[in-house]
This record gives sequence, structure tokens and C-alpha cells, in this order.
Amino acid sequence: MEELANLFHGFAVALQPYNIMLMIIGITLGVIIGVLPGLGGANGVAILLPLTFSMPPTSAIIMLSCIYWGALFGGAITSILFNIPGEPWSVATTFDGYPMAQQGRPGEALTAAFTSSFVGALFAVIMITLVAPLVAGFALRFGPAEKFAVYFLAFCSFVGLSKEPPFKTIAAMMMGFALAAVGLDSITGQLRLTFGVTELLNGFDFLIAVIGLFGIGEILLTMEEGLAFRGGNATINLRVVLQTWRELPAYWITSLRSCLIGCWMGVTPAGATPASFMSYGIAKRLARRGNNFGKGEIEGVIAPETAAHAAGTSALLPMLSLGVPGSPTAAVLLGGLLIWGLQPGPMLFVEQKEFVWGLIASMYLGNLAGLLVVLTCVPLFAAILRVPFGIIAPLILVLCAIGAYSVHNSTFDVMLMLVFGVLGYLLKKCNYPLAPLVLAIVLGDKAEEAFRQSLLGSQGSLGVFFSNGLVSTIMALGLVALFWSAIQEGYSRLRTSMA
Amino acid sequence: MKPFVLNVALAAIAVSCASSTASRAAWEPVRPVEFIVPAGTGGGADQMARTIQGIVTKHNLMRQPLVVINKAGGAGGEGFLDVKTSSGNPHKIIITLSNLFTTPLATGIPFNWKDLTPVAMLALDEFVLWVNAEKPYNSVKDYVDAAKKAPSGSFKMGGTGSKQEDQIITVGIEKAVGAKFTYIPYKGGGEVAVQLVGNHIDSTVNNPIEAVAQWRGGKLRPLCVFDAQPMAYDEPIADGKAWKDIPTCKSQGLAMDYLMLRGIFMSPRATKDQVEYYVELFKKVRATPEWQEFMKNGAFNTTFMTGADYAKWIEAEEKRHEGLMKEAGFLASPN
Repeated sequence: MEELANLFHGFAVALQPYNIMLMIIGITLGVIIGVLPGLGGANGVAILLPLTFSMPPTSAIIMLSCIYWGALFGGAITSILFNIPGEPWSVATTFDGYPMAQQGRPGEALTAAFTSSFVGALFAVIMITLVAPLVAGFALRFGPAEKFAVYFLAFCSFVGLSKEPPFKTIAAMMMGFALAAVGLDSITGQLRLTFGVTELLNGFDFLIAVIGLFGIGEILLTMEEGLAFRGGNATINLRVVLQTWRELPAYWITSLRSCLIGCWMGVTPAGATPASFMSYGIAKRLARRGNNFGKGEIEGVIAPETAAHAAGTSALLPMLSLGVPGSPTAAVLLGGLLIWGLQPGPMLFVEQKEFVWGLIASMYLGNLAGLLVVLTCVPLFAAILRVPFGIIAPLILVLCAIGAYSVHNSTFDVMLMLVFGVLGYLLKKCNYPLAPLVLAIVLGDKAEEAFRQSLLGSQGSLGVFFSNGLVSTIMALGLVALFWSAIQEGYSRLRTSMA
Repeated sequence: MKPFVLNVALAAIAVSCASSTASRAAWEPVRPVEFIVPAGTGGGADQMARTIQGIVTKHNLMRQPLVVINKAGGAGGEGFLDVKTSSGNPHKIIITLSNLFTTPLATGIPFNWKDLTPVAMLALDEFVLWVNAEKPYNSVKDYVDAAKKAPSGSFKMGGTGSKQEDQIITVGIEKAVGAKFTYIPYKGGGEVAVQLVGNHIDSTVNNPIEAVAQWRGGKLRPLCVFDAQPMAYDEPIADGKAWKDIPTCKSQGLAMDYLMLRGIFMSPRATKDQVEYYVELFKKVRATPEWQEFMKNGAFNTTFMTGADYAKWIEAEEKRHEGLMKEAGFLASPN
């Protein structure tokens, strides 16, 4: 009950006119940041952080977290319209969102994405409100072995459940692992595969790879198909939002499952990217129309978006209660907290009640405000697709180049983006799936790090991955997901032979 | 009469000349200054850089904006090489941590601090030996006994990065007490502290700011500080204990001390005026209440050095790192 009273006090803080104004400014800035690929929420928050030093901490965090929400919403826009994910967790949204846009249903896809984000975030905020202290303790049980198990599960549930030829999937994934291995080996502190090229010190940044593979690759493909940009017949209908809303409740099971996956992954804290991939993979296998996934299925947008936002939101919980950021943006917010003299950790909820509950209240309101802002703009965003390809393609190209440049302020990255673009084009022509490649680039080095940390701790014994109930369960789930197709086939054969 | 008037006039001219040359000579940035952080967002160096940026903005200490840019690749090598190749560009400064020495030594990238122009030492960061508060080690002696008793390599020390400061200290402890630890590298100090709270590792050498929240929450216990004298801050943090009450490791029979540089460098071939400008700027930053508060929160050692003293200090520290890393076998193999 005390929590509820605190929350209402928080609402009172967040609803002051000054704070509401900051909220709307934050959301708008966030959407702009999210739309520009490469800029991303973390950079956006980092750039704007100093502006907030003169504000009271509660107002400052409200504005920054609203930029964060806005960026999350904005990331979905380019993923759906142009196949360019601005953030790692938007990758899975492109799988079905972009085909939908191409079929002239961008409004539907955008509405579904925004609404799902809202639902996922709301679910996570409610969870934070109700069970914050309990859940925070859970994160402490995650050592390197448990973390590796979670990444393992993410890989398995995506690979085992995919319908591509398994060897092409594995080949694409291995290529991703190889790319992820370039740069500094964080366990030995040695440079790997850089061949003395100083530009490669940082390894291949995920964003560069994705902007190239998806964005540039897609433009090349479209050019080959005779400049036909099939989004042109997008109808601009102001009622598209309401029509889509009428459809959405039918997918409540997918939403609920995605919310749970997201919250769990956010708290552990594996983060939003594995959450979105895992949720997409599981939905693909379990949904009634799962065979249609990848061809523009609305459920294929709902699943990753819901999970990503539930994870992104619940990632703030370990940050506040333990001081461990679950995402890069959360890491920058963490820096902000310290500068305002607030020490995240177990005592924050006790000593800084007004701040914590003001923040939680602003999560409710910021999300709602964000949803309203982006939904009213859906027809406007969808209309972008009506611009002829000859005009839009150079614009996308410029946008991609700016995005790639802004990741590290380096022109080398722009070249790299073009190389990845050609690679993406070739892979698509040869029918290699891009998703496993991207998944491996994003999570490959993290999984490797957790794996080697675990083995260091266990002095080389693989038994560490089955050393307690928690880690064994996750590993077992992963193995089941990996061999799901084989298990299913074996089961059906068994039944036919019995009959 | 006449000579006097003449003298006054001459003096006036001389003064005005002097003052005009002075104002012409004083350098000031004419475009935004890039503030490079050779580490990721959210870490200790990043927090300090962003605090400085906030202070400069809030108190209007510069006419041009100060822009923080993270270049963390290759354990910070990316950032150092960027500044090294910006020779003669006075609009680029960099904040360094111990990776100024350790990264080139461990990875063999073509960089040495002498490639840059030293500006000022802002502070020194302390290292504290932490254990989980549930563990029965109440003193360094309990801890050392337990580490020695454990089978070789089963005692786990967590730290930030590989072949960087945390691991150097770990090797120092091993040598001092004659026990063998398994060092597990993590990405950031906050993560290390939480792994210790979750009992996934046995001890850490976190900086004060990385672990203070868990200390206040009663989850961690500090055993000793790796400095020649105790820290200066006497405000109670947890259980009525202050930073000041943490004994030095040396006094507890663990002969190892280590402090990490938090200093500023700028591009090669900077002029004296340009260095002077930044020294003055950081003097002003240090005088603000926000900076004092930041120093107190992180229990920093607030030694400030510039010019020849600073260069001498770095040189000695470089030799020391080379020795420590050579002993530990951390040097990059020449190829």
C-alpha cells in the first residue's frame, strides 16, 4: 500500500506543467533521434545529458527517460518503412514489418509496432511498481554461467525454430561470430584479427553492419528490380489506427508471452536484443500462421516489439536497484544519476523516494504521451512511402551514411557500411538468411565473454553450465529449442509407427 | 620636468604594448572542443568527463562548447590514436586512466604518452579491497589466510578489463601474500561489484565510486585501501564507518599500493598558451562546488599537478607499469 501512495505522489510530481512540457519535448527529440539510424538512444541521451544539469534531478530524469521512450518508438519507424533498424532490438521488427510496408500496409505495421511497444513497456512498468524489491534480488543470481545460458537460449530458440535450411543458417551465423571476434579480446586483453589496421581496433560495430546489410542491401535489390518500390500504393487512411486496434486483441497470447519473455530478459539483465529475437522465434513456431512469418505477418511485428520494450523498460530496474545498466542507454542514464548526486543501488529506493517514484510515474505518463504523439503521426510516416523511389533512395543513402559516420565519427565506417551493403545483397541473392548473421554480430562477443568467464571460474570444467537449478534449466530449454524440429519429427514418427 | 613626462609617456606606451601583446598571446578555442574518453559510456572516466562538461556548461567556463566523445575501441587505443594523429589541433583533449600505459604495453599499438601533450592531473582514483559482507573475512589477515588455504586458483578475483589496473593489482596481491587467484575480467566496475554481491566471485579491487552503493546497502565490506595513507573523507558511509576508517593495505601486512591517474592530455605540438588555457580552465572547474561534491562521492585523492611535475610523475608511473606488467607477463609479444 505504501508503494501505491508513493506512486500517486510520483504522479503529482510528474504532472506538474513544467515536467509535462519536458516530457513532450523529450518524446519529440527521442523520435527524431530514433529515426536517424546510428544516432540511437544512448548517443542521444549522452548528447543531451549536459543540458539537464541545471534542472532538478527529477525533471531531468523525466526528460531523459522520455527521450529514451521516444527513441524506442522512433527506431521502429525506419525498420518498418526502409528495412533499416536503428537499434539492435529493432532488427527482428524488420522481418515482418518491412514486408508489410511493401505490401502497402505500413500504417498497420506502424500502429501494431507502436501499440505493442506501449503494451510491453506498460506491462514492465506495472511489474516494476508491484514487485521491484523481489525482482531486483533475482538479478543477483546471474553470474557468467547463467548469462551464457541466456544467450545460448536466445541463439537456440532462433536457430532451432527457423525454417531456413539449417546449414545456411549456421553458415550465416558463423560469419557473424567471425565478425564479432574482430577487435580487442576482452578476456586476454589482446588484439584479434585486426592485422595491424588501427581502424579495426574497435571491431565491427553492429550498427554499421546492420545499416549496410539491411539498408544499403535493400536499396541494391530494389534497384535491380527496376526501381519498383512497392510501398507506393500505401493508402493514407486516418482510420488505419482504429482498424488495426480492432485486430490486435486477437493476438493477446503472443503479447502476453512476449511481455513475460521481455521482462525476464530485461531483469536478468541480458537486454532487449535477445528478448526480441527470442520472442520472434518462439512466436514463429507457436503462432497459428507461423508459416507465414517473414512475409508480412502482423504477429511477427507484435512479438519482437512487445518483448523489446518490456525488456528495455525492466532493464531500468537493475540499474536503479543494483547500479548495473541493462542497456547502453541505461548506462548513460546511470552516469547522469551520479552527476546529480544520486547513487543508484540498494539504498536509492529508501533514501530517494520522491525521485524513484517520480521516475516510475513518468514511465507511465511518458509512454502514454509517446504513444499519442507517434500514433497521430502514423499516416504521415506511412505517406513517406508514396514518394517515388528515385527521390527517396538517395535520401535514404545519405541518411545511412550520416548514421554510419555518427557512430564513431569516422569515414572508414561509411566505407565499411558500403562493403556490408554489397555483402548483404550477395547473401540475399544466394538465399542466405541475414538474421542469424546479425544476431551473432550483436550477441557473439557477449556470449563468448560470458562463456570464457564461466570457464575461468570453473577452471575449465564445462560442468559449470549444469551446476545449479537455474543454469541447468535455461540450458535444457535451449537444447530443447535447438532440437525442436527433430523432436517433433521423432514424436510424429513414433506415433505413426505405434498406430 | 620634461624627462619625467617623457618617462611617464614611455612607460604608458610600454604598459599598453605589454598588455596588448598579452591579450593577443592568450589563446582561446575558436571552435567546439572535442573531449575524448578512451573508455565506454557510464564508466569512471566517462562519468568524470561528463561531470566536467556539465560544470563547464553550467558555470559558463568556456565560450565554445565542450563535446564528450567516447572512443573505447581496443581498450582505449582508438581514442589515444585519434588524439595522436590530430597533431597541432588544439581543439582536442583527452581524459586518461591507467590504460594510457597498459593498453600500448599489452596490445603493442603504436602509441606512447609522449606522443601527447600533458595538461594536468585532475585527481587520483583509489582502489579498495572489497569482499561480500556475508563472508567471515573481517580483516585483511582473515582474507589472506582464506585465500592461502583455498586450493590454488579456486579463489576468484573479479575486475574491470584484462591486463589493466585491476589485474595488475591482483598480481601484486598474489606476489605479496603468496597465494594464487583466478582473475575474471568483466566489462565495467558496476558489474564487478554486483557479481561480488551475488557471490559469483570472492573479492574485487573496485574503485570507491563503483562499490559505494553496495557498501551503504550493507552488501559489501571494504578491507583496505591500496594507498600509502588512508583516504581523507570522514563523513560516515555505512555502520558509522567513513572512507577514512579503511586502513591502508600496507598497514595490514599487504604490501601493495596503486593509484590510478585521472589526467588530461591534448594533441601533439600544442603551444604553451594552449596548454595554459586548459590548465586555467581545469583550475576553475576544480574550484566549483559540483567538482568538490564529485570528489567526495568517489573518495578521490585530489592531487593536482601540471607542467614539469606532472610529466615527471607520468614518467615514473610509466616505468612502474612497465615493471609490473613485465613481471606479470602482460607485455605484448613483439612481432
